[in-house]
Amino acid sequence: MSILSYLINGISLGSVYAIIALGYTMVYGIAKMLNFAHGDVIMVGGYVALTVMMNSGAHPVIAVLAAIVVCTVLGVVIERVAYRPLRNAASPLAVLITAIGVSYLLQNVVLLIFGSSPKSFQSVITLPDLKLAGGSLVITAETIVTIVSCIVIMVCLLTFINKSKPGQAMLAVAEDKGAAQLMGINVNRTIALTFAIGSGLAAVAGVLLCSSYPSLSPYTGSMPGIKAFVAAVFGGIGSIPGALIGGILLGVIEILGKAYISSQLADAIVFAVLIVVLLVKPTGLFGKNIQEKV
Amino acid sequence: MKNWKRAMSITAAAAMAVSAFALPVQAADEAFKIGSIGPMTGAQAVYGNTVMNSIQIAVDEINEAGGINGFQVEFNPQDDEHDAEKSVNAYNTLKDWGMDLLLGTVTSAPCIAVEAEAANDNMFLLTPSATAVESIFGENAFRVCFADPAQGTASAKYIGENKLAEKVAVIYDSSDVYSAGIYGAFQAEAQNQPFEIVAAEAFTADSKTDFSVQLQKAKDAGADMVFIPFYYNEIALVLKQASDMGFAPKWFGVDGMDGILSLEGFDTSLAEGVTLLTPFSATAKDEKTQSFVNKYKEQFGEVPNQFGADAYDGMYILKAALEQAEATPDMDTSELCDLMKAAMQEITYDGITGHGITWGADGEPVKDPIVAVIKDGAYELL
Repeated sequence: MSILSYLINGISLGSVYAIIALGYTMVYGIAKMLNFAHGDVIMVGGYVALTVMMNSGAHPVIAVLAAIVVCTVLGVVIERVAYRPLRNAASPLAVLITAIGVSYLLQNVVLLIFGSSPKSFQSVITLPDLKLAGGSLVITAETIVTIVSCIVIMVCLLTFINKSKPGQAMLAVAEDKGAAQLMGINVNRTIALTFAIGSGLAAVAGVLLCSSYPSLSPYTGSMPGIKAFVAAVFGGIGSIPGALIGGILLGVIEILGKAYISSQLADAIVFAVLIVVLLVKPTGLFGKNIQEKV
Repeated sequence: MKNWKRAMSITAAAAMAVSAFALPVQAADEAFKIGSIGPMTGAQAVYGNTVMNSIQIAVDEINEAGGINGFQVEFNPQDDEHDAEKSVNAYNTLKDWGMDLLLGTVTSAPCIAVEAEAANDNMFLLTPSATAVESIFGENAFRVCFADPAQGTASAKYIGENKLAEKVAVIYDSSDVYSAGIYGAFQAEAQNQPFEIVAAEAFTADSKTDFSVQLQKAKDAGADMVFIPFYYNEIALVLKQASDMGFAPKWFGVDGMDGILSLEGFDTSLAEGVTLLTPFSATAKDEKTQSFVNKYKEQFGEVPNQFGADAYDGMYILKAALEQAEATPDMDTSELCDLMKAAMQEITYDGITGHGITWGADGEPVKDPIVAVIKDGAYELL
């Protein structure tokens, strides 16, 4: 019985990683850059939703929408100010370092505005929990909503990218920026759109993360951000279904490792599994193996 | 452009000259210069800020009431971001400023590094809140709060003597010297007590959002009480997750839990019936506590936690010891430190974190822990 409840807990933790990883992997897949500030955009989304709910007593749906709007704008601004000028820099490391800088900037700005004491987040989900086997197995409503949102977002993203015109433009930019530009695609606008969508997803992830684990501080986003990055690499960075599977597997491995091996070694186990996966399959579980043309 | 640069350099030179002249005037030592170091930014900022705000309240009160031995008090808080190296730099900055006494540092690990320097300089150090044993290893150092082992031992004794439980599970943060230190002492004392530790599960700073496994293991082990020696932020998550999974043991926390009731948005019914060992309760009815808590709320808009109470008391302890020693600000810091060492062992202090507190030569406070139970969203002292 306890193995079942460990599995359920693993899936619920993993679903949070997955929803964060979706944004990570999408931005990487199109813009080919690691947006290390993604975790902090999530945290900003959490704060926006919390502020809206606390101050105006608005319906949670309005709070989520407000968070999406603010994060989308924030994502576009970050891209415009911090990443675009460096896109053609001599070293691809420049933009990576800037992303780390943006991450610290967001943390400290939020620290200044909201203070350092952690805030307790009220879940935006009011559905009842699912109780199985006479109450000994509980699947929280947050878990169900997170998994359903993950799948819905994944399907929407895949449809958008493969069927719509801006989506096709994203694929073209991902393939070859220079060639895409020659074909009349506005590369800057396409990448800005990618960041807008990625950051909007971050807001949703932020609200769901804080609903499942109701504690919010300026540093809330950083560790889940790193774990989600691992999940994205695990599933094959750039692959959208890979992020979902990678996130859930990561959560399950973490919980089972904690339960059956050692609660202190949980993270070591997670990263050891990552190393093994990458040794066997360097592009991750769902990663495409693209050969670099010289 | 050139003119602009020249103007700048002249202004800078003038400013430097003015400050050079200004320094000796200030250094005439008309006030006690008290420095403090703590994390005011970074992940531990909540502790540093509470301490600095509380010291400021005490300093303002003391200055308003005429100072110490007729001298005013100047306070200089420095940020160390909970980093030992930065803490030592901050210590050097304070020494350059002319610090007489150090009321810090706030957190354990940086305090160990600073204490090494301070012991060398024979600079008097009183830490409000660094709980690691090594934080006050020198003869120059004292502390306001309990050391880690003292809380662990006291908790185990309290549970055993009052027969609160037979099977106890422990969840602790193995990456935190505070939590791991309390767990170590608790486990050692538990062997002399009539209860059994049926599960001891750790978590680390990197995985402190999901506690389902630790709780499941405690539940499977049949624990009727769970001992949770870590901070309120994580405790809030633990209580929520336990309630989600339908696990309702008795809970026993230590001083890091204080603050949970004022956590914004926290459903206090989750903490109903939780027992905690704490030197300070913001809801205590005595006049001193109420006056401090109200002033804090007025100026900073929050309810102070036990770090603030330790710091507020710390400032008044310095005052009591300085008065006992009949010290003046013009004394040399080393001479002042020797006087303070003796004075600290002579005074008996009544404050908001305990009554009749005395100190031994080892710098540890001797006081009774206060045990409180949470009832209807407030502490009820036992």
